[in-house]
Amino acid sequence: MDLNEILKKVREHVVESFVLEDEEEFSNDQSFLDTGLIDSTGILEVIGFLEDEFEIAIEDDEMIPDHLDSVEKIARFVHRKQDE
Amino acid sequence: MGKTPAHGEISLDVLDIDCREATEQIEASIKTTVLKRFRKRGAVVGISGGIDSSVVATLCVRALGAEQVCLLLMPEGESASSDESTKLGRLLAESLGIEARLEDITSVLEGTDCYARRDEALREVIPNYGPGWKSKIVLPSVIDSDRFRIFSVVARSPEGEEVKARLRPQSYLGIVAATNFKQRTRKMMEYYHADRLNFAVAGTPNLLEYDQGFFVKGGDGLADFKPIAHLYKSQVYQLAAYLEVPEEIRSRPPTTDTYSLPQSQEEFYFSLPYDRMDLCLWARNHGVAAVDVGRALDLSEEQVERVYRDIDSKRRMAVYLHSQALLSGAPDGEAD
Repeated sequence: MDLNEILKKVREHVVESFVLEDEEEFSNDQSFLDTGLIDSTGILEVIGFLEDEFEIAIEDDEMIPDHLDSVEKIARFVHRKQDE
Repeated sequence: MGKTPAHGEISLDVLDIDCREATEQIEASIKTTVLKRFRKRGAVVGISGGIDSSVVATLCVRALGAEQVCLLLMPEGESASSDESTKLGRLLAESLGIEARLEDITSVLEGTDCYARRDEALREVIPNYGPGWKSKIVLPSVIDSDRFRIFSVVARSPEGEEVKARLRPQSYLGIVAATNFKQRTRKMMEYYHADRLNFAVAGTPNLLEYDQGFFVKGGDGLADFKPIAHLYKSQVYQLAAYLEVPEEIRSRPPTTDTYSLPQSQEEFYFSLPYDRMDLCLWARNHGVAAVDVGRALDLSEEQVERVYRDIDSKRRMAVYLHSQALLSGAPDGEAD
Protein backbone atom coordinates (compact mmCIF):
# COMPACT_ATOMS: atom_id res chain seq x y z
CA MET A 1 0.00 0.00 0.00
CA ASP A 2 1.46 3.40 -0.88
CA LEU A 3 2.06 6.15 1.64
CA ASN A 4 -0.85 8.33 0.53
CA GLU A 5 -3.31 5.48 0.80
CA ILE A 6 -2.09 4.65 4.31
CA LEU A 7 -2.29 8.32 5.26
CA LYS A 8 -5.88 8.50 4.02
CA LYS A 9 -6.97 5.39 5.96
CA VAL A 10 -5.27 6.51 9.18
CA ARG A 11 -6.74 9.99 8.94
CA GLU A 12 -10.24 8.62 8.32
CA HIS A 13 -9.93 6.37 11.33
CA VAL A 14 -8.66 9.10 13.66
CA VAL A 15 -11.32 11.57 12.53
CA GLU A 16 -14.08 9.00 12.94
CA SER A 17 -12.90 7.50 16.24
CA PHE A 18 -12.03 10.69 18.06
CA VAL A 19 -15.01 12.71 16.85
CA LEU A 20 -13.29 15.66 15.26
CA GLU A 21 -15.94 18.24 14.50
CA ASP A 22 -13.62 20.63 12.67
CA GLU A 23 -12.12 18.06 10.39
CA GLU A 24 -10.74 20.70 8.00
CA GLU A 25 -8.74 22.25 10.83
CA PHE A 26 -7.18 18.95 11.86
CA SER A 27 -3.81 18.69 10.15
CA ASN A 28 -1.93 15.48 9.54
CA ASP A 29 1.14 16.72 11.41
CA GLN A 30 -0.86 17.73 14.51
CA SER A 31 0.61 16.14 17.65
CA PHE A 32 -1.80 13.89 19.57
CA LEU A 33 0.17 14.46 22.76
CA ASP A 34 0.42 18.25 22.52
CA THR A 35 -3.26 18.65 21.69
CA GLY A 36 -4.45 15.96 24.09
CA LEU A 37 -6.54 14.47 21.32
CA ILE A 38 -5.92 10.83 22.19
CA ASP A 39 -5.73 9.45 25.72
CA SER A 40 -4.16 6.17 26.90
CA THR A 41 -7.23 4.12 25.97
CA GLY A 42 -7.31 5.91 22.61
CA ILE A 43 -3.72 5.05 21.76
CA LEU A 44 -4.45 1.42 22.64
CA GLU A 45 -7.30 1.58 20.16
CA VAL A 46 -5.14 3.20 17.46
CA ILE A 47 -2.49 0.48 17.82
CA GLY A 48 -5.16 -2.23 17.60
CA PHE A 49 -6.49 -0.60 14.43
CA LEU A 50 -3.04 -0.37 12.81
CA GLU A 51 -2.21 -4.01 13.57
CA ASP A 52 -5.53 -5.26 12.20
CA GLU A 53 -5.91 -2.95 9.20
CA PHE A 54 -2.33 -3.10 7.94
CA GLU A 55 -1.48 -6.58 9.23
CA ILE A 56 1.64 -5.47 11.07
CA ALA A 57 2.90 -6.31 14.57
CA ILE A 58 3.96 -3.31 16.62
CA GLU A 59 6.55 -4.07 19.30
CA ASP A 60 6.51 -2.36 22.71
CA ASP A 61 9.67 -0.40 22.01
CA GLU A 62 8.17 0.94 18.79
CA MET A 63 5.33 2.70 20.63
CA ILE A 64 7.07 6.04 20.77
CA PRO A 65 5.91 9.52 19.75
CA ASP A 66 8.26 9.51 16.73
CA HIS A 67 6.12 6.70 15.30
CA LEU A 68 2.64 7.36 16.62
CA ASP A 69 2.15 11.00 17.59
CA SER A 70 0.41 12.28 14.42
CA VAL A 71 -1.37 10.95 11.37
CA GLU A 72 1.70 11.69 9.27
CA LYS A 73 4.11 9.94 11.64
CA ILE A 74 1.84 6.90 11.85
CA ALA A 75 1.56 6.67 8.06
CA ARG A 76 5.34 6.83 7.58
CA PHE A 77 5.84 4.25 10.36
CA VAL A 78 3.27 1.84 8.90
CA HIS A 79 4.76 2.28 5.44
CA ARG A 80 8.21 1.34 6.75
CA LYS A 81 6.80 -1.62 8.71
CA GLN A 82 5.09 -3.00 5.61
CA ASP A 83 8.42 -2.99 3.80
CA GLU A 84 10.09 -5.08 6.52
CA MET B 1 -1.35 25.53 52.70
CA GLY B 2 2.37 24.70 52.44
CA LYS B 3 5.35 27.04 52.15
CA THR B 4 6.12 29.21 49.16
CA PRO B 5 9.59 28.39 47.85
CA ALA B 6 12.17 30.94 46.75
CA HIS B 7 12.28 31.42 42.98
CA GLY B 8 13.89 28.45 41.28
CA GLU B 9 14.06 26.35 44.43
CA ILE B 10 11.61 23.65 45.37
CA SER B 11 11.64 20.77 47.84
CA LEU B 12 9.22 18.40 49.53
CA ASP B 13 8.94 21.00 52.34
CA VAL B 14 6.42 22.93 50.24
CA LEU B 15 3.90 20.24 51.19
CA ASP B 16 4.31 20.73 54.94
CA ILE B 17 1.08 21.70 56.69
CA ASP B 18 0.01 22.84 60.14
CA CYS B 19 -1.75 19.61 61.16
CA ARG B 20 -3.60 21.08 64.14
CA GLU B 21 -5.06 23.85 62.03
CA ALA B 22 -5.93 21.48 59.17
CA THR B 23 -7.62 19.04 61.56
CA GLU B 24 -9.70 21.74 63.23
CA GLN B 25 -10.81 23.11 59.89
CA ILE B 26 -11.83 19.68 58.54
CA GLU B 27 -13.63 18.70 61.73
CA ALA B 28 -15.65 21.91 61.69
CA SER B 29 -16.49 21.34 58.03
CA ILE B 30 -17.62 17.73 58.64
CA LYS B 31 -19.90 18.84 61.48
CA THR B 32 -21.47 21.63 59.45
CA THR B 33 -21.85 19.54 56.31
CA VAL B 34 -23.26 16.37 57.84
CA LEU B 35 -25.35 17.71 60.71
CA LYS B 36 -26.53 21.10 59.49
CA ARG B 37 -26.42 21.06 55.71
CA PHE B 38 -27.43 17.44 55.08
CA ARG B 39 -29.34 17.02 58.39
CA LYS B 40 -27.90 13.52 58.78
CA ARG B 41 -27.04 11.94 62.10
CA GLY B 42 -23.60 10.59 61.32
CA ALA B 43 -21.22 9.21 58.71
CA VAL B 44 -20.47 5.88 57.03
CA VAL B 45 -16.83 5.27 56.12
CA GLY B 46 -15.63 2.29 54.11
CA ILE B 47 -12.21 1.42 55.50
CA SER B 48 -9.49 -0.49 53.67
CA GLY B 49 -6.63 -0.41 56.14
CA GLY B 50 -5.08 2.27 53.91
CA ILE B 51 -3.96 5.70 54.95
CA ASP B 52 -6.75 7.74 53.35
CA SER B 53 -9.75 5.88 54.74
CA SER B 54 -8.04 5.66 58.15
CA VAL B 55 -7.57 9.42 58.30
CA VAL B 56 -11.13 10.10 57.11
CA ALA B 57 -12.54 7.67 59.69
CA THR B 58 -10.50 9.30 62.46
CA LEU B 59 -11.59 12.80 61.44
CA CYS B 60 -15.24 11.72 61.34
CA VAL B 61 -14.99 10.20 64.82
CA ARG B 62 -13.38 13.37 66.17
CA ALA B 63 -16.01 15.57 64.49
CA LEU B 64 -19.16 13.51 65.12
CA GLY B 65 -18.32 11.11 67.96
CA ALA B 66 -17.69 7.37 67.79
CA GLU B 67 -21.39 6.50 68.14
CA GLN B 68 -22.19 8.50 65.04
CA VAL B 69 -19.69 6.77 62.75
CA CYS B 70 -20.26 3.44 61.02
CA LEU B 71 -17.04 1.79 59.80
CA LEU B 72 -17.35 -0.85 57.09
CA LEU B 73 -14.83 -3.48 56.13
CA MET B 74 -15.67 -4.89 52.70
CA PRO B 75 -13.21 -7.59 51.68
CA GLU B 76 -13.69 -9.81 48.65
CA GLY B 77 -12.48 -13.29 47.88
CA GLU B 78 -9.59 -12.72 45.56
CA SER B 79 -7.95 -9.32 46.14
CA ALA B 80 -4.27 -9.82 46.97
CA SER B 81 -4.49 -7.49 49.94
CA SER B 82 -7.93 -8.36 51.38
CA ASP B 83 -6.69 -10.18 54.51
CA GLU B 84 -4.15 -7.48 55.30
CA SER B 85 -6.78 -4.78 54.67
CA THR B 86 -9.23 -6.42 57.06
CA LYS B 87 -6.57 -6.84 59.74
CA LEU B 88 -5.47 -3.22 59.53
CA GLY B 89 -9.06 -1.99 59.30
CA ARG B 90 -9.87 -3.79 62.54
CA LEU B 91 -6.77 -2.30 64.13
CA LEU B 92 -7.94 1.18 63.18
CA ALA B 93 -11.47 0.55 64.46
CA GLU B 94 -10.06 -0.69 67.78
CA SER B 95 -7.91 2.42 68.09
CA LEU B 96 -11.06 4.52 67.59
CA GLY B 97 -13.13 2.48 70.05
CA ILE B 98 -15.58 1.27 67.39
CA GLU B 99 -16.45 -2.20 66.18
CA ALA B 100 -16.13 -2.22 62.40
CA ARG B 101 -18.88 -4.03 60.56
CA LEU B 102 -17.75 -6.75 58.15
CA GLU B 103 -19.51 -7.02 54.80
CA ASP B 104 -17.86 -9.65 52.61
CA ILE B 105 -18.79 -8.62 49.06
CA THR B 106 -17.61 -11.83 47.36
CA SER B 107 -21.09 -13.29 46.90
CA VAL B 108 -22.39 -10.04 45.40
CA LEU B 109 -19.48 -10.02 42.97
CA GLU B 110 -20.16 -13.64 42.07
CA GLY B 111 -23.83 -12.78 41.59
CA THR B 112 -22.95 -10.07 39.08
CA ASP B 113 -20.46 -12.38 37.33
CA CYS B 114 -17.70 -9.86 38.07
CA TYR B 115 -14.98 -12.51 38.12
CA ALA B 116 -16.35 -14.50 35.16
CA ARG B 117 -16.69 -11.37 33.02
CA ARG B 118 -13.19 -10.24 33.96
CA ASP B 119 -11.72 -13.68 33.17
CA GLU B 120 -13.48 -13.78 29.82
CA ALA B 121 -11.90 -10.41 28.91
CA LEU B 122 -8.51 -11.70 30.08
CA ARG B 123 -8.79 -14.79 27.89
CA GLU B 124 -8.84 -12.54 24.82
CA VAL B 125 -5.11 -11.98 25.41
CA ILE B 126 -4.21 -14.99 27.61
CA PRO B 127 -6.34 -17.84 26.18
CA ASN B 128 -5.69 -20.37 28.98
CA TYR B 129 -6.48 -17.93 31.83
CA GLY B 130 -8.85 -19.67 34.25
CA PRO B 131 -9.43 -20.85 37.83
CA GLY B 132 -6.41 -20.46 40.08
CA TRP B 133 -4.77 -17.79 37.91
CA LYS B 134 -4.02 -14.34 39.30
CA SER B 135 -3.51 -11.10 37.43
CA LYS B 136 -3.02 -7.37 37.46
CA ILE B 137 -2.89 -4.55 34.91
CA VAL B 138 0.35 -2.58 34.59
CA LEU B 139 1.66 0.47 32.74
CA PRO B 140 5.26 1.20 31.71
CA SER B 141 7.10 3.92 33.59
CA VAL B 142 6.89 7.50 32.35
CA ILE B 143 10.34 8.10 33.79
CA ASP B 144 12.26 5.37 31.99
CA SER B 145 11.31 6.18 28.39
CA ASP B 146 9.07 8.37 26.27
CA ARG B 147 7.06 5.34 25.12
CA PHE B 148 3.31 5.71 25.09
CA ARG B 149 1.86 4.21 28.24
CA ILE B 150 0.13 1.11 26.94
CA PHE B 151 -1.67 -1.17 29.38
CA SER B 152 -0.46 -4.76 29.75
CA VAL B 153 -1.73 -7.60 31.86
CA VAL B 154 0.60 -9.64 34.05
CA ALA B 155 -0.85 -13.05 34.94
CA ARG B 156 0.44 -15.93 37.04
CA SER B 157 -0.72 -19.51 36.46
CA PRO B 158 -1.51 -21.86 39.38
CA GLU B 159 1.88 -23.48 38.67
CA GLY B 160 3.62 -20.14 39.18
CA GLU B 161 4.41 -19.34 35.55
CA GLU B 162 4.19 -15.59 34.90
CA VAL B 163 3.12 -14.19 31.53
CA LYS B 164 2.79 -10.61 30.33
CA ALA B 165 0.64 -9.57 27.38
CA ARG B 166 -0.24 -6.23 25.90
CA LEU B 167 -3.95 -5.57 26.13
CA ARG B 168 -6.21 -5.12 23.16
CA PRO B 169 -8.66 -2.21 23.58
CA GLN B 170 -11.73 -4.39 24.09
CA SER B 171 -10.02 -6.66 26.62
CA TYR B 172 -8.66 -3.68 28.57
CA LEU B 173 -12.08 -2.05 28.71
CA GLY B 174 -13.71 -5.39 29.59
CA ILE B 175 -11.32 -6.03 32.48
CA VAL B 176 -11.73 -2.54 33.90
CA ALA B 177 -15.52 -2.62 33.48
CA ALA B 178 -15.72 -5.95 35.34
CA THR B 179 -13.35 -5.00 38.18
CA ASN B 180 -15.26 -1.73 38.65
CA PHE B 181 -18.03 -3.92 40.12
CA LYS B 182 -15.83 -4.08 43.21
CA GLN B 183 -15.79 -0.34 43.92
CA ARG B 184 -19.44 0.03 42.97
CA THR B 185 -20.53 -2.87 45.17
CA ARG B 186 -18.67 -1.37 48.13
CA LYS B 187 -20.41 1.95 47.53
CA MET B 188 -23.79 0.27 47.30
CA MET B 189 -23.12 -1.33 50.69
CA GLU B 190 -22.06 2.02 52.18
CA TYR B 191 -25.31 3.62 51.03
CA TYR B 192 -27.34 0.72 52.40
CA HIS B 193 -25.97 1.43 55.86
CA ALA B 194 -26.21 5.20 55.37
CA ASP B 195 -29.90 4.89 54.50
CA ARG B 196 -30.52 2.49 57.40
CA LEU B 197 -28.87 4.78 59.92
CA ASN B 198 -29.80 8.14 58.39
CA PHE B 199 -26.10 8.84 57.96
CA ALA B 200 -24.13 10.46 55.10
CA VAL B 201 -21.37 8.68 53.19
CA ALA B 202 -17.80 9.94 53.49
CA GLY B 203 -15.51 9.71 50.46
CA THR B 204 -11.84 9.05 51.01
CA PRO B 205 -9.88 10.38 48.00
CA ASN B 206 -6.87 12.60 48.55
CA LEU B 207 -6.05 15.47 46.21
CA LEU B 208 -3.75 13.40 44.01
CA GLU B 209 -6.44 10.80 43.40
CA TYR B 210 -9.24 13.35 43.08
CA ASP B 211 -7.35 15.60 40.68
CA GLN B 212 -6.00 12.78 38.52
CA GLY B 213 -9.22 10.78 38.32
CA PHE B 214 -7.93 7.75 40.20
CA PHE B 215 -11.37 6.51 41.15
CA VAL B 216 -14.38 4.70 39.72
CA LYS B 217 -17.33 6.86 38.79
CA GLY B 218 -20.30 5.69 40.87
CA GLY B 219 -17.83 3.64 42.94
CA ASP B 220 -15.21 5.07 45.24
CA GLY B 221 -15.76 8.41 43.46
CA LEU B 222 -19.28 8.62 44.87
CA ALA B 223 -19.85 10.18 48.29
CA ASP B 224 -21.77 12.92 50.10
CA PHE B 225 -18.64 14.66 51.35
CA LYS B 226 -14.90 14.26 50.75
CA PRO B 227 -12.98 15.62 53.74
CA ILE B 228 -9.39 15.14 52.49
CA ALA B 229 -9.78 15.74 48.74
CA HIS B 230 -7.93 19.07 49.15
CA LEU B 231 -4.84 17.40 50.69
CA TYR B 232 -1.89 15.92 48.81
CA LYS B 233 -1.15 12.32 49.77
CA SER B 234 1.97 13.31 51.71
CA GLN B 235 -0.16 15.79 53.67
CA VAL B 236 -2.58 12.96 54.51
CA TYR B 237 0.42 11.06 55.94
CA GLN B 238 1.30 14.12 58.05
CA LEU B 239 -2.27 14.23 59.38
CA ALA B 240 -2.18 10.49 60.05
CA ALA B 241 0.86 10.95 62.27
CA TYR B 242 -0.74 13.91 64.04
CA LEU B 243 -3.98 11.94 64.56
CA GLU B 244 -1.98 8.95 65.85
CA VAL B 245 -3.28 6.53 63.25
CA PRO B 246 -1.63 3.16 64.08
CA GLU B 247 1.93 2.91 62.81
CA GLU B 248 1.25 -0.33 60.88
CA ILE B 249 -1.24 1.56 58.72
CA ARG B 250 1.07 4.53 58.22
CA SER B 251 3.95 2.31 57.11
CA ARG B 252 1.92 0.20 54.66
CA PRO B 253 2.74 0.95 50.99
CA PRO B 254 -0.34 2.20 49.08
CA THR B 255 -2.04 -0.49 46.96
CA THR B 256 -5.01 -0.52 44.60
CA ASP B 257 -6.75 -3.35 46.50
CA THR B 258 -8.42 -4.37 43.24
CA TYR B 259 -6.44 -7.08 41.47
CA SER B 260 -5.50 -10.60 42.53
CA LEU B 261 -1.75 -10.01 42.15
CA PRO B 262 -0.19 -7.36 44.40
CA GLN B 263 -0.19 -4.03 42.57
CA SER B 264 1.28 -0.68 43.51
CA GLN B 265 -0.55 2.52 42.55
CA GLU B 266 2.33 3.68 40.35
CA GLU B 267 2.28 0.39 38.42
CA PHE B 268 -1.30 1.01 37.43
CA TYR B 269 -1.80 4.73 37.40
CA PHE B 270 0.66 7.27 38.71
CA SER B 271 4.03 8.05 37.16
CA LEU B 272 6.00 8.12 40.41
CA PRO B 273 5.74 7.08 44.07
CA TYR B 274 3.22 9.31 45.85
CA ASP B 275 5.59 11.77 47.56
CA ARG B 276 7.40 12.55 44.30
CA MET B 277 4.12 12.58 42.40
CA ASP B 278 2.71 15.04 44.95
CA LEU B 279 5.60 17.41 44.39
CA CYS B 280 5.19 17.23 40.61
CA LEU B 281 1.46 17.92 40.87
CA TRP B 282 2.08 20.79 43.30
CA ALA B 283 4.71 22.20 40.95
CA ARG B 284 2.39 21.84 37.94
CA ASN B 285 -0.33 23.68 39.86
CA HIS B 286 2.07 26.46 40.85
CA GLY B 287 3.72 26.97 37.46
CA VAL B 288 7.15 25.71 38.56
CA ALA B 289 9.55 24.99 35.69
CA ALA B 290 10.29 21.31 35.02
CA VAL B 291 14.01 21.92 35.42
CA ASP B 292 13.52 23.11 39.03
CA VAL B 293 11.37 20.11 39.92
CA GLY B 294 13.94 17.85 38.29
CA ARG B 295 16.67 19.30 40.48
CA ALA B 296 14.65 18.54 43.62
CA LEU B 297 13.73 14.99 42.57
CA ASP B 298 16.95 14.03 40.80
CA LEU B 299 15.14 13.75 37.47
CA SER B 300 15.98 15.32 34.12
CA GLU B 301 13.95 18.23 32.78
CA GLU B 302 12.70 15.91 30.03
CA GLN B 303 11.49 13.32 32.55
CA VAL B 304 9.56 15.94 34.52
CA GLU B 305 8.06 17.27 31.27
CA ARG B 306 6.77 13.74 30.62
CA VAL B 307 5.24 13.60 34.10
CA TYR B 308 3.62 17.01 33.47
CA ARG B 309 2.21 15.71 30.20
CA ASP B 310 0.85 12.66 32.01
CA ILE B 311 -0.76 14.90 34.66
CA ASP B 312 -2.45 16.98 31.95
CA SER B 313 -3.61 13.89 30.10
CA LYS B 314 -5.17 12.36 33.23
CA ARG B 315 -6.88 15.67 34.01
CA ARG B 316 -8.53 15.62 30.61
CA MET B 317 -9.81 12.08 31.27
CA ALA B 318 -10.99 13.11 34.74
CA VAL B 319 -13.39 15.70 33.29
CA TYR B 320 -15.88 12.92 32.54
CA LEU B 321 -15.31 11.26 35.90
CA HIS B 322 -16.01 14.48 37.79
CA SER B 323 -19.01 15.45 35.70
CA GLN B 324 -22.48 15.23 37.20
CA ALA B 325 -25.28 14.05 34.93
CA LEU B 326 -25.91 16.87 32.47
CA LEU B 327 -29.44 17.89 31.65
CA SER B 328 -28.65 17.53 27.98
CA GLY B 329 -32.13 18.42 26.79
CA ALA B 330 -32.06 21.83 28.47
CA PRO B 331 -30.31 24.88 26.92
CA ASP B 332 -26.60 24.84 27.93
CA GLY B 333 -27.22 21.57 29.76
CA GLU B 334 -28.63 23.46 32.76
CA ALA B 335 -32.01 23.30 34.45
CA ASP B 336 -33.91 26.53 35.07
